[in-house]
Amino acid sequence: MNTMPEKHYLNEKRGWKSWLFTLDHKRIGILYLYGIMAAFLVGGVFAMLVRLELLHPGRDLMDAKTYNQFFTLHGAVMIFLFIIPSIPAALGNFVLPQMLGAKDVAFPKLNLASWYIYVVGALVAIYSIYAGGVDTGWTFYTPYSTTTSTSVVAMTLGAFILGFSSIFTGLNFIVTIHKMRAPGMTWFKMPLFIWGLYATAIIQVMATPVLGITLLLLIMERVLAVGIFDPAMGGDPVLFQHFFWFYSHPAVYIMILPGMGIISELIATFSQKKIFGYKAIAFSSLAIAFISFLVWGHHMFVSGQSQLASMIFSFLTFLVGIPSGIKVFNWVATMYKGIIRFDTPMLYALAFLFLFTIGGLTGIFLGTLATDVHLHDTYFVVAHFHYVMMGGTVMAFLGGIHFWWPKMWGRMFNKKWALLSWLLIFIGFNMTFFTQFILGTKGMPRRYYNYLDQYQPLHAFSSYGSWVLGLGFLIMAVYLFYSIKRGPVAGNNPWGSLTFEWKSSSPPPVANFETEPILKHGPYDYDKIIPERTYS
Amino acid sequence: MNSEAKSHYHILPLRTYITVAGALMVLTVVTVAVSFVNLGGWNAVTAVFIAAVKASLVALFFMHLKYDKKINAVVFLMAILFLAIFLSFTFFDILSRGDIYSEVEKSIKGKAVIYDTMPFDSKSAGHDDSLTVENNEP
Ligand SMILES: [Cu+2]
Repeated sequence: MNTMPEKHYLNEKRGWKSWLFTLDHKRIGILYLYGIMAAFLVGGVFAMLVRLELLHPGRDLMDAKTYNQFFTLHGAVMIFLFIIPSIPAALGNFVLPQMLGAKDVAFPKLNLASWYIYVVGALVAIYSIYAGGVDTGWTFYTPYSTTTSTSVVAMTLGAFILGFSSIFTGLNFIVTIHKMRAPGMTWFKMPLFIWGLYATAIIQVMATPVLGITLLLLIMERVLAVGIFDPAMGGDPVLFQHFFWFYSHPAVYIMILPGMGIISELIATFSQKKIFGYKAIAFSSLAIAFISFLVWGHHMFVSGQSQLASMIFSFLTFLVGIPSGIKVFNWVATMYKGIIRFDTPMLYALAFLFLFTIGGLTGIFLGTLATDVHLHDTYFVVAHFHYVMMGGTVMAFLGGIHFWWPKMWGRMFNKKWALLSWLLIFIGFNMTFFTQFILGTKGMPRRYYNYLDQYQPLHAFSSYGSWVLGLGFLIMAVYLFYSIKRGPVAGNNPWGSLTFEWKSSSPPPVANFETEPILKHGPYDYDKIIPERTYS
Repeated sequence: MNSEAKSHYHILPLRTYITVAGALMVLTVVTVAVSFVNLGGWNAVTAVFIAAVKASLVALFFMHLKYDKKINAVVFLMAILFLAIFLSFTFFDILSRGDIYSEVEKSIKGKAVIYDTMPFDSKSAGHDDSLTVENNEP
């Protein structure tokens, strides 16, 4: 029988003060987790309302103005409050020092500060909803964003503040990875999740300042009437898109790279096999991080960008397919002849492989100049984006949540309910978004409030899918929260994994390890040792 | 760790500071002087180049990057590299915004010529498919 450790990071100190002033990376990770869960709920409700409105052409439950605000809020909340901090700030914070065999991150106070900045940014963003909402879409394109009467300034200021939170986390991780690895852990003995977080942190530090500059320039033009993007004042509206996408394309890799890191962990653990092509996976993360800075113009093929620039950006965009493909093939090769166990985290990893591949390959359609002219700004883009971000990052995030959940709380969730919820999410997701590929190829533009009758059946099917999806998440929320207090005790290493964080008790002690850990084997040496599973 | 960090302290002679400050002054004068000469697009390039040299002098000597660990220089150069990527790729667009490739240009101009030389017929003006079909080929 497994027993809970007597003292651990959750009960060593008690009371709300011990949480709000904590410097423990695990607790800060949990604080972030609550933050992003709340954001996911809010963003999800907006999404459900948008889908509900689109059930029939014309008005169902809101007017067009409200609809514009709702899809903008769905996008802005999901991107800036949920998906960017989701894996690095919540799971990364909790796991990274443990995986490295360290006591904490390099700068614990900076870590806590980043959470407070996140909260302040979120409050400013919420204030913008009170102050009239935003209806520009999450991309804040000029000239509309400089002329609309909605509270663009408050929302962009919120995103600006959130950027600092992201930079602080990235900076902290870079220093921690360089300086605080356990004795014996060389760069190539680090778990691949760390490589993913490292590549992500570089992008966070390098690209996020540009978002800050962009949003400040936007605010300057709106408030001080300085001509930067408005041609009437000598500006260039396409320049805004250059600025915006120089951050926001790398930002989609801030979202996906740590997810890919999680997938590497899950596939190796649940196949009980040495990861295939360790170095290739590690370096492909860095390659993706670097190439991501060279492709932003693929969002601008029909913006009036010059033909020469479009050709260069299109060509470079295809290059992203190489490191992404390397990763997918390596994961599949890892599973080959492995002892595969279909535990909940692995189910999400398999969903990731399937959905991310569809998302990635449809990106090639959009990166091709001629097809993009037809598909640009249609539901095809919406579907592609959701396949990559939700089918990719969110699936990886859910896989990671289920994987590290017993480490966080010491208790296991109910696997039968987890299977049901996974099935509903997988089916609901494909119902919602595969339909949108078809809608897009048939010419349904994105972000429209109203549409022609011929699109109605597909729109309705997509909305039904969103209900299945919502039900899946509801079930998940119930069984996860139930398990925190009442789940069966999971033991130190419920999945039989070789990485460092499973060597300590679950939940871990405040200092992560009882004695300083020393690396005796690589993170994926399943060919030499098969660790015992403490829960089955 | 502390003792190691201390050994990296480096005190520069005052002479060096004054020389660098002098160089910065001279470069400022050069920037202003060049702005009076019309070099077309190269004016901006020259100004940015001189500014970059000045910034490097400040970073190297005033901020001691020259005497620091090499990794700090690498990090600094990375930031400049990404800025360079941003500017140069944006200029791929801005400098060739209106350019049209010859094949595309031919078909557009060809069409225009035919419309110009056709006698005006109000019935078919602009809406008659037979007029445009043969011109659609590049
Ligand atoms: Cu992109």
